[in-house]
Amino acid sequence: MSASEPVLSVRNLTVEIGTRRGTARVVNDISYDVHRGETVAIVGESGSGKTVSALALMRLLPEPPARVGGRVLLDGVDLLRGSERELCRIRGHRIAMVFQDPMTSLNPVLTIGQQLVEPIRLHLPLTAGAARDRAVEMLHLVGIPAPRHRLDDYPHQFSGGMRQRVMIAMALACDPEVLIADEATTALDVTTQAQIVELVAGLQDRMGMAVVWITHDLGVVAGIADRVAVMYAGQVLEEAPVDALYEDPRHPYTTGLLASVPTPGIDRPHRLFAIPGLPPDPVALPPGCPFWDRCAVRGEPRAEFTPQPLRPVGSDHQVACSCAGPAARHG
Amino acid sequence: MGRYLLRRLLHTVLAMLGVSIGVFLIMHLVPGDPIRLALGTRFDPEVYQALRSRAGLDRPLLAQYGTWLSHAVTGDFGVSFRSGQPVGELLWQRLGPTATLAGAALLVALSIALPVGILSAVWSGSVIDRIATALSQLWVSVPDFWSGIMYILLFALVLGWLPASGYVSPLDDPVQALRHLVLPALTVGLISGSILTRFVRSAVLEALNQDYTRTARAKGLSRWQTVRRHVLPNAWIPIVTVAGLQLGFLLGGVVVVEVIFEWPGLGRLAYDAVIRRDYSLLQGAVLVIATVFLTINLFVDILCGYLDPRVRRP
Repeated sequence: MSASEPVLSVRNLTVEIGTRRGTARVVNDISYDVHRGETVAIVGESGSGKTVSALALMRLLPEPPARVGGRVLLDGVDLLRGSERELCRIRGHRIAMVFQDPMTSLNPVLTIGQQLVEPIRLHLPLTAGAARDRAVEMLHLVGIPAPRHRLDDYPHQFSGGMRQRVMIAMALACDPEVLIADEATTALDVTTQAQIVELVAGLQDRMGMAVVWITHDLGVVAGIADRVAVMYAGQVLEEAPVDALYEDPRHPYTTGLLASVPTPGIDRPHRLFAIPGLPPDPVALPPGCPFWDRCAVRGEPRAEFTPQPLRPVGSDHQVACSCAGPAARHG
Repeated sequence: MGRYLLRRLLHTVLAMLGVSIGVFLIMHLVPGDPIRLALGTRFDPEVYQALRSRAGLDRPLLAQYGTWLSHAVTGDFGVSFRSGQPVGELLWQRLGPTATLAGAALLVALSIALPVGILSAVWSGSVIDRIATALSQLWVSVPDFWSGIMYILLFALVLGWLPASGYVSPLDDPVQALRHLVLPALTVGLISGSILTRFVRSAVLEALNQDYTRTARAKGLSRWQTVRRHVLPNAWIPIVTVAGLQLGFLLGGVVVVEVIFEWPGLGRLAYDAVIRRDYSLLQGAVLVIATVFLTINLFVDILCGYLDPRVRRP
């Protein structure tokens, strides 16, 4: 843990969603800190609760059916207890978000300019003309050619990668302290992915915001993250600095995840590793460790694996597993 | 936009031609000879033949169609078999009352459907939404002949506030015209409004669930700012389309309501023409109704093109 106060501090965040089949416990007691200028990656497979946890901390989940608990402190102010009016002043201004699908995240009937000027006019004391200049500046910053000319174009006149650049420009227009990138590269082709990752990293150096990068792509994480939180079944199973996580994963799930990443250039004697089984149903979460059913190094019986808090296993390295250690590593 | 307009215009013209052929043919293929009908059961075959050739019914179909169409495009639909009056004149007399009723009914429908539909979408699942849904379902299922008669009973006979039936031209007496308009407009407008309410609700709900709505909220817009700036501009497109269709139906005439309220509209004219096998009148009426319908569709398409940049600037 670094000495400075975190800009974003998520404490015991839980999200329950009422469904026809019962209450789905989608996010179960997750906590993490993000410091100024830092990039924290939240990784996990589909359905692990990454996106829901991000939407929950922005208070963007419809409540009901969702019920959000815990605390989300942005510079010490709890977002989960703020009024809707206060949140409207914070969203897009101090904490901003880029979404997965740039094809559907922009409004098809409004020009890029209209959509880009909107948060600027909403949060910054600028005139219409100055806001437009700011919009042009932002488009230029994210690498859109001839930005002033393109302000009056509509989203469908941009490619997917360009639209995601517009989304990023929109999110950063008011110079937020925290940017949440939710699978921001998933819908893009590989070369565009790399460009967007580099773009965000470059902008982070210039603007100094903290980034929460939500992804299932461990390749992306390795390149940009300072710290990584591994999510599974709505829980953080392991949290560590990126190098520690890759070199010395302690949780059997993390080990499995890393083993299932294809490594180019290495002639593999075996087929690509896959963790057997499926994640548990959030409506019927088993008691104890959520990964027990799929775990290669589990102890018997399961009852021993009561839900465990993260415990430190190294400097700034925490894991939620009673038998986690270097020995848990898969070959 | 230019190409789009041109294409739509061409489609409309082609559709009108298709309608005219259909109208012309069906009239000639259905059993029942208008001359025979006009003459009654006993007639002189020579008179019959003379009348037939005077009406041009003994010429080849294609020639009949050509003549008929060339006259029709200039507004000359021939003479009504029954009344002997020019069909164009008869239609023209009915267009005013029909347009008045349709316009008023659409006004009633929209002034209910827009606020109620938007509110019940934004607060979907709430008490307001449930009440609105139940009421609109009820009104859609109540037949117009029943609700019309109930309004007459209540507002005309029991309370005596409004006239029970009849039409007064707004040019003659605006106040009386309005008083006569209220009940038929309410009868049609409430039903039309119930249908529209459900369309408005689903269009707004659909737009509310889109990713761009979430983006707007993430930018810091309040719920109503989001509805106004992001949801409605998208929802207008389906709403305008359905409202246009409704207007088309209303202008085509609402026969039952016109009969109940003795409203001299197009629908009743067409109905009478069918019953009396008044060929030329029916052809004229159907063609005018179809033209009005297609023209409204054309305007709706133009409006949607204006509302949707993906159509306007592909």
